[in-house]
Amino acid sequence: MLVVTLFPLAVGAQPNLLRAMAPGVIWVSALLAALLSLDGLFRSDFEDGSLEQMLLSPHALSVLVLGKIIAHWLVTGLPLLLVAPLLAVFLGLPQQAMGTLWLTLILATPLLSLIGAIGVALTVGLRRGGMLLSLLVLPLYVPVLIFASGAVDRAASGLPVGAQLYILLAMLLSALVLVPLPTAAALKMSVN
Amino acid sequence: MESSQHASLQASELSCFRDERLLFSNLNFSLHAGETLLLEGANGSGKTSLLRILCGFREADAGEIYWCGSKIADSSYYDDMAYVGHADGTKKELTVLENLKFALALGSAGKYDIEQALDKVQLAGFDDNPVHTLSAGQKRRLSLARLLITHNLLWILDEPFTSLDRQGIKLIESLMAEHIEQGGMAVLTSHHDLSMADLNLQRIHLQACQ
Repeated sequence: MLVVTLFPLAVGAQPNLLRAMAPGVIWVSALLAALLSLDGLFRSDFEDGSLEQMLLSPHALSVLVLGKIIAHWLVTGLPLLLVAPLLAVFLGLPQQAMGTLWLTLILATPLLSLIGAIGVALTVGLRRGGMLLSLLVLPLYVPVLIFASGAVDRAASGLPVGAQLYILLAMLLSALVLVPLPTAAALKMSVN
Repeated sequence: MESSQHASLQASELSCFRDERLLFSNLNFSLHAGETLLLEGANGSGKTSLLRILCGFREADAGEIYWCGSKIADSSYYDDMAYVGHADGTKKELTVLENLKFALALGSAGKYDIEQALDKVQLAGFDDNPVHTLSAGQKRRLSLARLLITHNLLWILDEPFTSLDRQGIKLIESLMAEHIEQGGMAVLTSHHDLSMADLNLQRIHLQACQ
């Protein structure tokens, strides 16, 4: 949110430019927020031994992992959803794009948490994992960014956005199914 | 879940490399209900690696581990074992009570409920204290309380007596003795010798190879 408020100040009072950039700016900020908060997902568990306890639990690790990812989204993605209308107004996003902005945020922020989780699981055991995490995760975030930001852009111009939203939905559903298992496996490797 | 009478832990021809050093090879042992295994050896001799292999955190480079006759991956091993390692396994921001509830959720209910367990490790009344306010000895006793509230037959403990004063050590030894008497088993590493009498104690001494 801080990042978003900085943009109008830096770019100067050019409403048209801000309006055009609004979807992109909001989305990049969402991305950065997700990326920065990812480290907390498993690192403290790794360091205080809770991760080991989770691995030893007779319950399926994938389910525990999914639970953690959902918790992560509730703490990072959900606040963004609540703040988004404010940000949109701040940057002058047209009314008609608001609904789409919301939809893309609802669909894609969980996606960011899910994709990020694999990256975190792979790097949690490394000392300077942060840099590597960004390198691993950003390329996977790019398609999400393109579709989400593109959808809001098109909505702002009044064009139909069905295709982008459906693709985001498909990505979200696949991630929900495909992410927990490899993440659990990566965590096992990291604890090793 | 297994009943304690038939429980057994067997290691067969285990070997382990670390950083291209051979820590141990062809290690065999067999542990039954009511027995304790003490791993001894200098630092770096492979005690912790062996424990981590027993926990399933890493695979042995050779050999197998059997729980009640089946390989640990195929059996109810994780239902029946509990581990307390170097790291406490507790979350510092949460309270004592919340940590134990979390531990209970990860496993299944055991002999004692949370209140009784806290009483046993002499942390009664600390329910709502955040863990980061506890002393090192209290944190260690908390992590050992976890053993009491979940169902388990095998205790795997890595240096359980660290940070404990003499009273704490006696307390944990008595909890261990109780567990063993009731048909449980324990594998532990410890720098200090166990002063418990009447223990069916096996010792494995790991020698650091040159």
